[in-house]
Amino acid sequence: MARILSILVGLFFTVALLWSFGLGFYTWTTEPAAATAEHEFHLHPKNVHFASDGPFGKFDNQQLQRGFQVYKEVCSACHSLSHVAFRDLEQLGYSEAEVKAIAAGFTVPGTDPNTGESAMVPGSPTDYFPKPFANDIAARAANNNAVPPDLSLMTKARHNGPAYVYSLLTGYRDQPAELLKHFPEAKTPPGLHYNPYFANLNLAMAPPLSGDGQVEYGDGTKSTVDQMAKDVAAFLIWTAEPTLEKRKQTGWAVLGFLLFATILGYMSYRNIWSDKKH
Amino acid sequence: MSFPWANEYKPSHPFMKWMDEKLPLPRLVYNSVGGGYPVPRNLNYFWNFGFLALICLTIQIVTGIVMAMHYAANTAVAFDTIEHTVRDVNWGWLFRYAHANGASAFFVVIYIHIFRGFYYGSYKAPREMVWLLGVVIFLLMMATAFMGYVLPWGQMSFWGAKVITGLFGAIPLVGEPLQQWLLGGFAPDNAALNRFFSLHYLLPFVIVGVVVLHIWALHIPGSSNPTGVEVKTESDTVPFYPYYIAKDGWAVGAFAFLFAAAVFFFPNSLGHPDNYIPANPMSTPAHIVPEWYFWPFYAILRAFTQDFFFIPAKLMGVLAMFGAILVWFFLPWLDKSPVRSGSYRPTYKKFFWFGLIPAMAVLFYCGGAPAAEPYVMFSQIAALYYFAHFLIILPIVSAIEKPLPLPYSITEAVLGKDDGAELAPTA
Ligand code: HEC
Ligand code: HEM
Repeated sequence: MARILSILVGLFFTVALLWSFGLGFYTWTTEPAAATAEHEFHLHPKNVHFASDGPFGKFDNQQLQRGFQVYKEVCSACHSLSHVAFRDLEQLGYSEAEVKAIAAGFTVPGTDPNTGESAMVPGSPTDYFPKPFANDIAARAANNNAVPPDLSLMTKARHNGPAYVYSLLTGYRDQPAELLKHFPEAKTPPGLHYNPYFANLNLAMAPPLSGDGQVEYGDGTKSTVDQMAKDVAAFLIWTAEPTLEKRKQTGWAVLGFLLFATILGYMSYRNIWSDKKH
Repeated sequence: MSFPWANEYKPSHPFMKWMDEKLPLPRLVYNSVGGGYPVPRNLNYFWNFGFLALICLTIQIVTGIVMAMHYAANTAVAFDTIEHTVRDVNWGWLFRYAHANGASAFFVVIYIHIFRGFYYGSYKAPREMVWLLGVVIFLLMMATAFMGYVLPWGQMSFWGAKVITGLFGAIPLVGEPLQQWLLGGFAPDNAALNRFFSLHYLLPFVIVGVVVLHIWALHIPGSSNPTGVEVKTESDTVPFYPYYIAKDGWAVGAFAFLFAAAVFFFPNSLGHPDNYIPANPMSTPAHIVPEWYFWPFYAILRAFTQDFFFIPAKLMGVLAMFGAILVWFFLPWLDKSPVRSGSYRPTYKKFFWFGLIPAMAVLFYCGGAPAAEPYVMFSQIAALYYFAHFLIILPIVSAIEKPLPLPYSITEAVLGKDDGAELAPTA
């Protein structure tokens, strides 16, 4: 009885699936999915290497400082960095005094010490990076109806994030003639910019790194677009995970200990079982 | 209950004697994981996974309690409190990564534990209750993991919660009100986040309770073993301590090594990048996918693309998704074979390796893939096999298949002969 019921229930599900499959298969053979411009022209991020990659990866503080400079002088006009506090910058090798000076260069929402009213005041090391726009509406109004996302976690919030940021910043180009020929309706709308690394190929951010020498590096590194893109991507790896270096270092110590403990455990297991065939 | 030859607990120290009279906790320990618990001597490494599951449960509870100290279940700040934990709390990143990857490790371990049960027929008499409690644990684990994933209030948290609670909407008549009641609103919001946190903290302790019952029920007949032949005499067994403590102990070491490798070197590989974007009800992610351990069931849900007679496709999908797990409850009665172990069941074994395992693999793959062809067709075929396997093939095969000859006893299987065999009445 139980088995008859079971077979009936089984038939119910299998027949329903066959039905779904049959119709799906029919549609699939008769109406092949239409090709889209995204599908044909979207590119995966370029191959790029960072000092923090790999199991032994370490941050290159020189590079992080350059990347920070790019963020400060270019990206911060539109993008917030809300999970990072000025005090965190000490990890990049800035001294306490330098961090104080950097913080004071930003104005953050605070209280006027004389009137008690809300006011914009100079930042201090415990403050977080301020938002460039008062709210999303203001951000949209200034950016062709798109909100520039917070950058703190950007390299974790996209597949292959660091390479993606680098590719996006260096990937702007004119729309290929091929694309316009096959997909005339996919022409980049006014106010958007063509970039094959962006999921739907057109984004509201104008190329932020537009020419060599846009920032002037203090350490003598030549600030080509490629270099600035790499540096800011490296900086964003750090903002997304300031503990990355500690994680990897701790990891080796833990793995070493566990290997040792496991070998001891295995040896005592062999020893204890040596008199028992099993 | 235990076997008559089990060692007896004999406290020698006066304090232990005193304890034994007042509260015989040491005796309980001795009889359940000590020298007083005889276990088949021939268990293979698949029998280590129950112990590993216990380790995983412990990791989740410990790391979870620490995280809860820094978390706030409020949609305005939930995302930020997690980032604060990771960035500013001492070793906060380690607790967070261990908890997130710990959930994955737990499911890896539990899937192996369950499939060990399928292959070796562990669900059969006299261990039906062990199995039933196991399925209850699995359902509780899924609920716990689902609600936990909502807590960081990232994009996938929000949209996953929306899709999964939306499934209740497919139930006729009561669906919509039920869904609103569960969420405390029309869409996931503060009310939902708060109750999910409350339940996410509660359910692991319910799991602990059911695990106690699971192990209690197991210790009545004792463990099965790779031959599926029940224990007959003392030479079939070894005491849990030191033999299996040593074996489980080194297995824990190996597990911890692999787990640490994931936590310290690939902590985000199993997570979805979108969950590093704060939840935004106005922006739907391109692909909404649950965590990998739900993929087979998610694939089954999405495999039903057509209404079936008067049943809407969505309802069929929901029925099938829950049904796919609920069938496990009936296995002890669907599988009629008197032989437990798949090693002695040539036909069943073929269906296991060449049917169930590939079907599961396809379902895993398709559940994480976009809901587009050809993935949907693949998951339809695989889901079809899945239901046929448990509900049609298993009952029929188990009734007609001719099993291979079994060893007389575990001792004979291990040593090639069993001196007790001649004396004992033929089984
Ligand atoms: C003039 C304002 C502006 C500046 C300056 C700017 N961005 Fe953007 N950015 C935007 C806007 C607007 C978007 C949203 C685009 C969209 O969604 O279409 C955006 C999006 C992005 C994205 C996300 C793309 C995605 O996958 O969603 C990244 C990464 C990014 N910007 C990086 C940077 C970096 C790095 C800099 C500095 C070198 C920078 N931006 C400078 C306006 C700006
Ligand atoms: C928190 C989760 C779980 C824990 C801690 C746990 C723990 C254990 C332990 C310690 C054992 C004995 C050692 C072993 O055989 O591996 C065991 C056996 C068993 N478990 Fe679980 N278990 C869990 C979940 C499950 C689930 C989800 C199922 C099935 C759906 C299940 C089914 C079984 C069965 C059938 C046995 C007996 C195996 C045999 O003797 O052959 N368990 N469990």
